Amino acid sequence: MNAAADAILSAKGLTKEFFGFKAVNKVDLDIHEGTIHALIGPNGAGKTTVFNLLTKFLTPTAGTIVFQGRDITGVRPADVARMGLVRSFQISAVFPHLTVLDNVRVALQRKAHLGTQFWRSNRMLDRLNDEAHQLIEAVGLTAFAGHDAAELPYGRKRALEIATTLALDPPVLLFDEPMAGMGVEDIGRISDLIRRIAKGRTVVMVEHNLNVVADLCDQVTVLARGEILAEGDYASVSSDARVREAYMGSEDE
Amino acid sequence: MTSLSGSGVTASGERPATAHPHARQRSRSAIGVVIALIAVAGLCAAPFFVYPVFIMTVLCFALFATAFNLLLGYVGLLSFGHAAFFGGAAYFAAHAVKVWGFEPLSAILLAAAGAGVMGLLIGLLAIRRQGIYFAMVTLALSQMVFFIFLQAPFTHGEDGIQNVPRGHLLGLIDLNQPLNIYYFVLAIFLLGFFAVWRIVHSPFGHVLQAIRENENRAISLGYRVERYKLAAFVMSATIAGLAGAMKAIVLQIATLTDVAWQMSGEVVLMTLLGGMGTIFGPSVGAALVVTMQNYFATSNVPVTVIIGVIFVLCVLLFRRGIVGEAIRLMSRR
Repeated sequence: MNAAADAILSAKGLTKEFFGFKAVNKVDLDIHEGTIHALIGPNGAGKTTVFNLLTKFLTPTAGTIVFQGRDITGVRPADVARMGLVRSFQISAVFPHLTVLDNVRVALQRKAHLGTQFWRSNRMLDRLNDEAHQLIEAVGLTAFAGHDAAELPYGRKRALEIATTLALDPPVLLFDEPMAGMGVEDIGRISDLIRRIAKGRTVVMVEHNLNVVADLCDQVTVLARGEILAEGDYASVSSDARVREAYMGSEDE
Repeated sequence: MTSLSGSGVTASGERPATAHPHARQRSRSAIGVVIALIAVAGLCAAPFFVYPVFIMTVLCFALFATAFNLLLGYVGLLSFGHAAFFGGAAYFAAHAVKVWGFEPLSAILLAAAGAGVMGLLIGLLAIRRQGIYFAMVTLALSQMVFFIFLQAPFTHGEDGIQNVPRGHLLGLIDLNQPLNIYYFVLAIFLLGFFAVWRIVHSPFGHVLQAIRENENRAISLGYRVERYKLAAFVMSATIAGLAGAMKAIVLQIATLTDVAWQMSGEVVLMTLLGGMGTIFGPSVGAALVVTMQNYFATSNVPVTVIIGVIFVLCVLLFRRGIVGEAIRLMSRR
């Protein structure tokens, strides 16, 4: 493990216990600026828990998290997002009964400090429309701008989620299984999208699809039973005997 | 495009076509405006045809339910303690007018502010919980408020504060004249109703709806949702207080009934019956419930049974409530 000098996000000794069960045990993680970093591992390895810990949706039992040189271990999740560490969720996280346009505008609103005006008409949000439409266009959803997010097919929902996340223009994006449950065509589209948005940003993703990981990610961390099993680029990790063994048990899924 | 220019995302494809969904929204809000104008005209003419005290009672409860709906329909928070704000403000207003000799409008505004402070205190404790736990905490705290009002000497226990004088508005207009008090109440109702409408259709309201739709996602976008929820809770409590204070002046009485848990349940019923998350629904529900209570008050059938049956039918047959179902029928066409 290199010195954490250029790590934009790092965790030291990250541990999460649920009633005595260690879901995540002493995980040290360095995410380097400008990389696409994958967290992989068999089911129950603690990938999503690590995600929740990094974004403060869960409070670690022990360990520290440093983001851009600042200790964020005690910071609340909304404030972590404000600092530029923005996550997605395993279950597609859209606002189902808002339109696609409004989904993106909610994110833009926060950045534009248009969240608290309760005495003014929401027509003032129209000034965000140009930017919102550009984001919607970038993820190929222009034709759906006026539809409720609930009406979108699954792959499009993930695209909308990415557009909403991008609206905050965060330096670090965390995607929790962005391709889960997608068909081949959608996987290709979202892969391309992630590749494009990763330019100039740092991306951390949990992913099951190893082809996607091999194709997209610069750095891979393998978790098993809450601990780090191996770390490195995909080629070195995938030839690691322990990683192969850990995956054997759940290869059939 | 500022946010994307550095990220390598190229904007490709045609210009966005935005016209039709917005046009649809605009035409829907145009229908809303027309309905609102007809309703206001109807309310202005109503005292010449219907017993004014009855309409005023409906208006008080309609405003109460509208305030409640701000929380349930637009933030997704089910408060089971709103009687504390409605009844608390009724006591405050009644006491201010009767004992302190306040002018009615300032008494009502003072009482609404008092309900807002109660909302802040109860909200601070309740807002950390979600779903059914939020409902239970609000119920428990409102029961505490109930017992405080039961014991406090100024409320006169079981008797309540009776014979509250209506007084002279701003010292000039005699509110003992039926038409004077009617238009006074109508004006306050419209003010409160407009406030809720404005909050719902504001940038703040847009965020509230996002929180209702997906709270975790709103957090992950950087919204400090507890603050939004608390602000909405205080606004809802204040407007519920406005309704309760108005009721104390209209019916000239503030009693334990106004702060009891049954009142909290009644406002849930009104809102669900009329249609939660719709602007006009709670008013329709309130009108229906008050009418039924009035109509069946003299009959032998207990009114709670009838309302219970209607509630069950409503849940089974039209879950969106009366106005909710009407909107669905209209938008399907």
